[in-house]
Amino acid sequence: MSIPEQLQYTKDHEWLKVEGKTATVGITHFAQSELGDIVFADIPAVGKAVEKGQSLCVVESTKAASDVYAPVSGKVVAVNEALKNSPELINRDPYGQGWIAKIEVTKDSDLHVLLSAGQYQDLLAGK
Amino acid sequence: MEAAHLSDSPSEPLRRTPLYQSHVDLGAKMVPFAGWEMPVQYAGVIAEHHAVRQQAGLFDVSHMGEIWVSGPEAEKAIQWMTCNNLAVLVNGRAQYNAIINPQGGVVDDIIVYRVGPERFFVCVNASNAERDFKWFCEHGKGFKAVFENVSDSFGQVAIQGPNAIKILPLLGGPFVEAAGLKPFFFSQFSFLGADVVCARTGYTGEDGFEVFISAERTVELWSRLLELGKPHGLVPAGLGARDSLRLEACYPLHGHELGEDITAIESGLGWIVKPEKGAFIGSETLARQKKEGAPRTLVAFEVKDPGIARHGDQLFDGGGSKVGWVTSGTKTPTLNRSVGLAIVASPCSAEGTQLLADVRGRRLQCAVVKKPLYSRK
Repeated sequence: MSIPEQLQYTKDHEWLKVEGKTATVGITHFAQSELGDIVFADIPAVGKAVEKGQSLCVVESTKAASDVYAPVSGKVVAVNEALKNSPELINRDPYGQGWIAKIEVTKDSDLHVLLSAGQYQDLLAGK
Repeated sequence: MEAAHLSDSPSEPLRRTPLYQSHVDLGAKMVPFAGWEMPVQYAGVIAEHHAVRQQAGLFDVSHMGEIWVSGPEAEKAIQWMTCNNLAVLVNGRAQYNAIINPQGGVVDDIIVYRVGPERFFVCVNASNAERDFKWFCEHGKGFKAVFENVSDSFGQVAIQGPNAIKILPLLGGPFVEAAGLKPFFFSQFSFLGADVVCARTGYTGEDGFEVFISAERTVELWSRLLELGKPHGLVPAGLGARDSLRLEACYPLHGHELGEDITAIESGLGWIVKPEKGAFIGSETLARQKKEGAPRTLVAFEVKDPGIARHGDQLFDGGGSKVGWVTSGTKTPTLNRSVGLAIVASPCSAEGTQLLADVRGRRLQCAVVKKPLYSRK
C-alpha cells in the first residue's frame, strides 16, 4: 500500500499536499483500492466554499457512491477536469493524476491536525 | 472517505461457502452478501466483467439454495406455488419460474430442474432459501410431496462466457457430453465420486454452465476449472461483475426488481406467467394483469446527465410528480453508459419517455430505453 512520505493524511483516507495556502486533495491508495473501479466522480465547482468534514465530492464505483470529505475548510480554487472523462485516474494514480481539487485553506489550525505518512500507516495497521 | 463503504461490519456471523479459502488465496475482496461472506471482486469488477463478455469467468454461487421436491404430486405442488407451467417440462430440462404470493407478488425467482416424473431439483436465492423451504412446506402440505432443503450439501460454480464451451469438456469424463447440452437442458452424473447437476444456464447474458456439486468436492472442481481454463482466458469473477453483467442483460434480481410488493407482471415476468395451466397462488391477479395491464412496469433507462442513479433513487416526470423508483443502476462496463432498471407507473413506461432521477438532491435527466440493454450476438 503506497503512502508517500511528503504528503499529509486524514483518518478518512484523504491525502493533502500543502503548498503555502493551497492544499491539493485526493484519496489514498488504500481508499481507491477499497472502493474498487471508480466509474464516476462528481467533482465540485471552482469557487465552492467547503467546510472541513463536509462532502467535497462524490466518487462512485460500479457498486456504490461514496463521499470524499473536505479535509480542510476553504475555497475550491481548482479541480481536476480530467476526472470528468477519466474517473479511473483515481484508481490508476491516486496521488498524481487522480488528484481531485485544490483548496485555498482559510484556517491554519486545520493543517495542524493532519496525519503524517507514518501516523497514517499506523492507522491502516490498526495501531 | 465515507467509512461505511470502506468497512461493512455485519451484525450477525456470516456463512462461508466451501470456496472461502480459495477466494482468500486468490486475493479476493470479501463482503457480506445475503448472510454470506462472498467475493465481490478479485482483480477488479470491470476487468472481470470484460473477461466474461469476451472470454470466460468463473463464479462461486454456492450460496444459492437447493430444494428437492419429490412424490406423486410433486409436480402438482410446484404448479400450485409457482406461475410457470411445469407440464411442458420434459426430463432433463430446466425452467425459469417464480414462487408467487396471493397478491401476485414474487416470493422468489427460481430454476426448476425436472429429474423425473415425480422428482424436481429447485435452485433458489441465497437470502430466501430458508423462507422458500418453509413456504413450500406450508403451501404444499396438502399434496403428496416431500420437500427437502439440501442447500448445505451442495456447492455451485458458474462458468460463463463465450469460451465456457471450450473449457468445460477439458474436465473430461461426463463433462465432455455435458458440454453438448442445449440451453436450459441439464444432466446429472457422478464426478470425483460426487453428485453433479450440470446445466447450460447462467445469469450473465453469455453462454455458459452452472454446475452443482457435493460441497466436499467443490474446491476440486473450482481449482481444476481455473487451471484448465487459464489458456482460454478464464478468470475468477466476483459478485460485482455478476451484478453488472446481469444488469446489462436486464435479468431481475430479488430484492431489487423482484419482491413481494411488486407483481410478477409488473416486474417483467409476464413471459413466465401461464394462467392457462390452471389456478395457482396469485393467479387471479396475474391473469387479470397479464390481460389488462398492470399499474406499474419494469423499464430500462439511461441517465443522460453525468451521474449514476442507484437502487432506491426516486423518479419523477417532467411535471415533478413521483412516478417510480430505481431498482438497480450503475455505469456498466460493456455499455460504458450510466443505465439501470426501474419500476415506473405504466403510462411512463414507453421507450423514449423522459424522467428525472433524484440523486442526492440533484435531478438527473433519464430516458426510458429498450430492454435488454445488452444481448450477445
